[in-house]
Amino acid sequence: MSEEVVIEAKGLTKKYGRAVAVDDVSFSVGRGEIFGVLGPNGAGKTTTILMLLGLTDISGGEVRVLGFNPARQPLSVKRRAGYLPDTVGFYDHLSAADNLRYTARLIGFRPVEREQRIAEALDRVGLFQLAEKRVGTFSHGMRQRLGLAEILMKGAQVAILDEPTSGLDPQATAELLQIIRGFKADGVSVLLSSHLLERVQSVCDRVALFSAGRIALMGSVADLGREVLGGGYVVDIEADGAGLAERLALIPGVSGVEKTGIGKLRLHAERDVRPDAAAEVVAMQGRLKYLGVQEPSLDAIYTRYFATRPEEEMAMKEGTRHAA
Amino acid sequence: MRREGSAFQGLGVVMLKELSDHLTSIRMRVLEWLVVLVALAALYGAIQQIKDTTAEDPFLFLRLFTTSREPLPSFVSFISFLVPLMAIGLGFDAVNGEYNRRTLSRILAQPIYRDALLFGKFLAGLVTLAISLITLWLLVVGLGLLLIGVPPGVEEIGRSFLFLLVTIIYAGVWLALALLFSILFRSAATAALVTLGLWLFVTFIWPVLAGAVAQIVAPPDPRYVALGLPTPATTQVEQILARLSPSTLFAEVVVALLDPTTRSLGPIYLSQLQGAVLGAPLPLGESVLIAWPQAVGMIASAILLFVIGYVIFQRQEVRA
Repeated sequence: MSEEVVIEAKGLTKKYGRAVAVDDVSFSVGRGEIFGVLGPNGAGKTTTILMLLGLTDISGGEVRVLGFNPARQPLSVKRRAGYLPDTVGFYDHLSAADNLRYTARLIGFRPVEREQRIAEALDRVGLFQLAEKRVGTFSHGMRQRLGLAEILMKGAQVAILDEPTSGLDPQATAELLQIIRGFKADGVSVLLSSHLLERVQSVCDRVALFSAGRIALMGSVADLGREVLGGGYVVDIEADGAGLAERLALIPGVSGVEKTGIGKLRLHAERDVRPDAAAEVVAMQGRLKYLGVQEPSLDAIYTRYFATRPEEEMAMKEGTRHAA
Repeated sequence: MRREGSAFQGLGVVMLKELSDHLTSIRMRVLEWLVVLVALAALYGAIQQIKDTTAEDPFLFLRLFTTSREPLPSFVSFISFLVPLMAIGLGFDAVNGEYNRRTLSRILAQPIYRDALLFGKFLAGLVTLAISLITLWLLVVGLGLLLIGVPPGVEEIGRSFLFLLVTIIYAGVWLALALLFSILFRSAATAALVTLGLWLFVTFIWPVLAGAVAQIVAPPDPRYVALGLPTPATTQVEQILARLSPSTLFAEVVVALLDPTTRSLGPIYLSQLQGAVLGAPLPLGESVLIAWPQAVGMIASAILLFVIGYVIFQRQEVRA
């Protein structure tokens, strides 16, 4: 992806006694990239994140964050990386600005720089008006935004976000994802974890699907769609015209046509075939009433992947892990 | 392999933040009122008693601390109840509170070590307790001056100041214990109850139990029993056991410091009393020597409890 690698994990492993929480995971995140770590609860996402930050011991393998080893140089890593924990907490009796001031003091910013950074960060997440309000009065969404403000204030080069959108309403999620896109615009790399696949799909450049402590699949959503769904685009057409289905099946890239109703067709394709389909309908002098596309969704990929090849899973994992 | 940077980076920041939290908290309001009421109650009792009974006493001023009048306990007994309660009140939710507010992982993701967080919390609690105790001490000394009207001598001031120091150390022991349980238990209520339970056990039950255990470990010699005397071996075992409790240690130090006639904190043999003028006060230095092992024992137990907590905290997972 990107030339400069910001986070690199090789064979990362975490064991709690006999239980293996993270099993031989390898991935890398480039500068300015948004990397999604997706998977069900308990798949090892948070443990992986804690290892990246040096907040938990590493049982095996190697990690470099911005070139530093979190196990040996935790302060260097933590000075440059921002972390938003799963349902982040703040000191309720302190104001939003005071909470950030405490963090800023821990980081060691000078007073003038501190105030400037806090004001800027709060402004960017839309909390500037509420800077002096006690965090106890904040909603869940506002707390998450305050958590992002902390990362902005820190001037982090890497933002590590654990379940940033969990428990948020759709509007708050949209606002949060907008701020996360802003990180990318600043050249900040983002690693975010989520169990809600479709929500984060829109912001991630690449994703890694975790399952039982391993990376099952990794790549861009489009690549994964091609690999797993054999295409992945679904185009719905509503149009008149005899023999339309047969004509549409001949379009290059279309793998199947099914009738879903009177005058309604569904095309399965490996790319967006809407222009070709429209052209075909027009060429037949049919009347086009509806034309819509469903892009490959992570949900579909995930479900299909684990539904169709449970027994191949192990072999497949081996393959994708090294394809990283 | 050495860690990068200093373990105490951010210590001052953590300490100041915790201190400001303590000083503005409702708990502190309660502590302040307790302090004022305790000072007044104890002084009232002591002064009534002093006016009634002791006309001439070379250490009249120290009587302020130790004299009691029924039904009120003396200032020292008040303090030995109040200090553990204050320390436990300040420390029981120090670490598990951070877990429960879900602030711990966020704070530890800043460029500091866990050492700074834990030590900062301990220091902030100790400073808060020290402020309360110094206030209390000044109140008692000031009111005592006004009400008795006899200025204290240098030695009396020295003794009562050492008593203040020892009380702060004693507070440190309970603070370290409260901190340890706040690390061990995720629920603040559990931590508070267990710490209070241990305090009750150590302060009220253990001294009794120590006697019973001593009877079993070193059964009394029938010859001493026939004379109606305690068996030295039994007494010794009992004392060793009782001294495992910081409350016992504190009580012994206080007796040695505030009562200058105290010659020994253990059993005294007749041979040791030869040539001694009974009831004659010891100089301050001698009293300090008597109290020294107990004081060191308290400091050591505070450090030990803190270190145990520290080791457990270092190995704990940060995820809530």
